[in-house]
Amino acid sequence: MSEKLLEIKNLKTSFRIKDDYYAAVDDVTLTLNKNEVLGIVGESGSGKSALAFSVMGLHNRAKIEGNILFKDQDIANISPAKLNKLRGDDMAMIFQDPLTALNPLMIVGDQISETLLLHKKNMSQKQRKDRVISLLDQVGIPYPEHVYNQFPHELSGGMRQRVIIAIAIANQPELLIADEPTTALDVTIQAQILDLIKDLKDDMNTGIILITHDLGVVAEMADRVAVMYAGQIVEIADVHTLFENPLHPYTRSLLNSVPNTQEGQDKLHVIQGIVPSLSKLPREGCRFAARMPWIDESVHEENPVLHEIKPGHFVRCTCHKHFYFPDESKEDSNHGVS
Amino acid sequence: MWKFIVRRLVITFPQIILLSVLVFIMAQMMPGDALSGMIDPNIDPAAIEKQRENLGLNDPWHERYVDWVGGLLQGDLGESFRFKMEVTELVEQRLINSFWLGVATLFFTYLIAIPLGIISGRWNDTWGDQLITGYTYIGFATPLFIFALVMLWVFGFQLQWFPTGGSVEPGLTPGSFDYVWSKFQHLLLPALSLALIATVNTVQYLRSEIVDTKQKDFIITARAKGASESRVYNRHIFRNSLLPIAAFFGFEITGLIGGTVFVEQIFGYPGMGLLFMESILLRDYTVVIAVVLLFGIASILGALISDIILSLVDPRIRIK
Amino acid sequence: MGFLEVEDLKVYFPIKGGLFNRTLGNIKAVDGVSFSIEQGKTYGLVGESGSGKTTTGRAIIGLNDITSGKVLFEGKDLTSKKSKTASVRKDIQMIFQDPYSSLNPKKRVLDIVAEPIRNFEKLSKQEEKKRVQELLEMVGLSPESILKYPHEFSGGQRQRIGVARAIALKPKLIIADEPVSALDVSVQAQVLNFMQDIQKELNLTYLFISHDLGVVKHMCDEIGIMYKGRYVEQGTKQDIFENPQHIYTKRLVAAIPDIDPRHRAEQKQFREDVQREYEQSYNDYFDSEGLAYGLQSVSDTHLVALPEKG
Repeated sequence: MSEKLLEIKNLKTSFRIKDDYYAAVDDVTLTLNKNEVLGIVGESGSGKSALAFSVMGLHNRAKIEGNILFKDQDIANISPAKLNKLRGDDMAMIFQDPLTALNPLMIVGDQISETLLLHKKNMSQKQRKDRVISLLDQVGIPYPEHVYNQFPHELSGGMRQRVIIAIAIANQPELLIADEPTTALDVTIQAQILDLIKDLKDDMNTGIILITHDLGVVAEMADRVAVMYAGQIVEIADVHTLFENPLHPYTRSLLNSVPNTQEGQDKLHVIQGIVPSLSKLPREGCRFAARMPWIDESVHEENPVLHEIKPGHFVRCTCHKHFYFPDESKEDSNHGVS
Repeated sequence: MWKFIVRRLVITFPQIILLSVLVFIMAQMMPGDALSGMIDPNIDPAAIEKQRENLGLNDPWHERYVDWVGGLLQGDLGESFRFKMEVTELVEQRLINSFWLGVATLFFTYLIAIPLGIISGRWNDTWGDQLITGYTYIGFATPLFIFALVMLWVFGFQLQWFPTGGSVEPGLTPGSFDYVWSKFQHLLLPALSLALIATVNTVQYLRSEIVDTKQKDFIITARAKGASESRVYNRHIFRNSLLPIAAFFGFEITGLIGGTVFVEQIFGYPGMGLLFMESILLRDYTVVIAVVLLFGIASILGALISDIILSLVDPRIRIK
Repeated sequence: MGFLEVEDLKVYFPIKGGLFNRTLGNIKAVDGVSFSIEQGKTYGLVGESGSGKTTTGRAIIGLNDITSGKVLFEGKDLTSKKSKTASVRKDIQMIFQDPYSSLNPKKRVLDIVAEPIRNFEKLSKQEEKKRVQELLEMVGLSPESILKYPHEFSGGQRQRIGVARAIALKPKLIIADEPVSALDVSVQAQVLNFMQDIQKELNLTYLFISHDLGVVKHMCDEIGIMYKGRYVEQGTKQDIFENPQHIYTKRLVAAIPDIDPRHRAEQKQFREDVQREYEQSYNDYFDSEGLAYGLQSVSDTHLVALPEKG
């Protein structure tokens, strides 16, 4: 069995809105092994980015409860100094928007070099520069010596994303969190970046958490997939099981929403409505119940938990056993749900 | 970058020409002309008219304009009605005084603004920030002339820490240490008064720049690299926030001109601002025109300096 | 005779520079594009950022000035001066990409949706209100929401408001510029479904501009692929997806992530093959400036940009 790299137990990340705390991540438990890609899928408001930021300790004013065990060390609430030793070294992050994630007034070389400077104290300036240039080369940037001295705005979006990846892998992290790494990129560039991440993973034996809303990206990249809805994991399984035998109503609806799975089908079979906003989340019962009023309320659990259906396949709540898509021959009345 | 600066310089010329035209038109609209006040009222009006003709005062406007500009370029700003001396001469000492007042004011402005802005921006919404923001609101709300009067009354008359008028103690030898020291002392109170009010803009601007930069994505990137909080601030936030402030420098000069008019008046500091007020009150139009022209040129140069600094510090402009 | 005919459309933007901001050259945003759409169909215009697809759409509706070429709508030339103000304009409406910035935040839904009506028709306050309520119902929003402001709606609902505005004048052609790319996947599906419903109901013709081939495949009957302002390929959905001819089209098709994890290895192989072909035969598909050649027909429906033979 593969080695455990990250173990998250009952994580709850709450933000203060006015005088109350609202949990953006609620009771999340999951593990990540070395050299494994765990895809986390969800729509905006599902808490997937909040989860990533919790692991990296990047939340500014959030209350974090539960445990985040990284190589058996609980990093959920450790001191900033200890956290800074890990960030950029043992664990790193790739961000969504390459246009804003780089300092506009700093040359690219210095921005990558900073990661080395912070963690490899005994490297000389010359060594650092050499390493940065080899990193630029590794992420597929042509003319690395030239790019070293360029400012971010002189590079294309795809190139900037490569720079961000170079920053993340500078110290060969064991854990890499990629938060929508290709969302802002053109499709052909997206494919290149995903292939790059995959190759880097195999080279460095890195465990990757891949956060995305794009099911195609997950299908191509992930070993296991967790689906999040309203701050909770509603289903988690290996990638084949999840795509072939999805159980939770939300997972099923999500899969149906991808147009190219629906070959020859005219209508996309999805559940109406959106993920409720943080302050309007239902805190009790099945959080998805309100989206499917045609399902009898009694089939939901009072306090839905994850059930292991098959080894490694977990589904929240019991409602999936009774779920069906409503007949959509007549426009349903659920349009206006907010 | 050089292209940008050259282009910027090229734009400056039409600006200055436009300014000169406006000032010239203004001068024409002022009552009287070069002969007014110089002539015995008992002289035959026909003789005056002849004199006018000889001096070219009845020429078409564009010829007079060319004459006037030609004079300006040779340093001829005309003659003061009241003091019967060359305006250039009159302005020279005033200009030097105002220049030093400006330098001192800018120095204090930044000396106050940078630490306050940084504290306020870094720890925004703490009591320290609220205190500083409170000060800036008071600064915005307080008219400069009232504040300057209060400063003068408290520190000049009550506490007697500073001299209350003039730009130097009379009777000192120019160039001696005492002379310079006395100049400095005379400068201090007006400069501080002006700076304490003028700085609030910069404090607020710097504060909001920092608060803004703090929330940028690349700050998260820096944190994710493992940079400590102080490094994040020093290397990423302050650097990026101070650059726009540097570009503000030129506009600060423009803003200063308005301020000096009040402050020099109140402190009886013989600079351009005081000269401006005096000549208006004395209806000394040639001087008014000259001062307006110089103020205008200073404003245009201020904007020019701002743009050049911005092009130097911001790579996004520099590269073009 | 097509319903909408675009003939050799060119839209150039001048590049300003030098010491005196002279025009140094042109960016050829759209460089000789021709296509036609039949009534009631959906035509997909696909390309990556900078391909000129959005500019094409904006030029048709008159938001960008046309450098040369013709746009014929039901046989009428939209590029002639006369028709700029004519009522042809009300037959063509646009749906914008970003539902968050394309609605004026200070206006109520009533005013947003009624705006085109006010421009073209004289209705009393009562009639106007009734009309807006009908439109909102048609797009699946509650008629009571006419007095709300855009921020009170979610992204999908805002896009519905945008659609309500677009269909207010009963247009015949809707230019939809990336209408769902700012939306979450399931909301995207809801809006796509709804766009299809309303197309049938009102017999609408769509010019559907998108970078997302999956969405285009789902929505469109015919597809044009743009690259750097020119067409590289045009054909029916089957032509493009099952028999792509141009290397750029192949790259686009290969780049779509496959939703079935079982195809992972094949997909990667396919992508690598295409990439290899792209590197080897780049010169066969692009001229010395890296632009596409003129279109040659491969079949009745299928056109590909290839160098002329011989």
